[in-house]
Amino acid sequence: MASKVQVPAKTTSQGFVYSALILGWLVPGAGHLLTGRWVRALLLFVSITVMFWLGLAMQGKLYAPNTGDVLDMLGFAGDLGNGVLYMLGRFFNLGHGAVEIATADYGTKFIVVAGLLNFISAVDAHNLRIGRKA
Amino acid sequence: MFAPSHFTAVLLFATFASVVFGITQRSTPRAMIRYGLYCWSMFVGVVIVASWVMWLIRR
Repeated sequence: MASKVQVPAKTTSQGFVYSALILGWLVPGAGHLLTGRWVRALLLFVSITVMFWLGLAMQGKLYAPNTGDVLDMLGFAGDLGNGVLYMLGRFFNLGHGAVEIATADYGTKFIVVAGLLNFISAVDAHNLRIGRKA
Repeated sequence: MFAPSHFTAVLLFATFASVVFGITQRSTPRAMIRYGLYCWSMFVGVVIVASWVMWLIRR
């Protein structure tokens, strides 16, 4: 009986195989830059960084590590996806000002979604690195 | 401080999310652009439809 068998693409990566994944998580687009896709890297960097910055500008909240409400823990997990951007935000004490505008909650969502998009971007960079995606 | 209107926030969100979806979910540049535009139109279209539905429910 004939069956369709998916054969993984030939691995083209050299060195540490998770470098694009980790670098892509730390700095948006850096994983794609590592694989030589600089246009994609630039677009990802601009999209994710601007989304994160807009979230802060809208008085969005940066979640701290917590063991309280489930949604707060998930918010922290999403924020963590921003890598260095999140660390810088926490270092400079951003993202917990007094809420003065109605769109501040949108800002919080912008920051979380930017982190989740960066996770997707980092995994895509990893797939490019190991040759699973062209 | 940046205080956009709700619709401006939707347009910004849709634009940035669609760029990332287009790049990460497709392999060729042409397919990326097509999928990005599809995602953008879905984001904005669904928001407009949902807004009208809420307006009708409120009436």
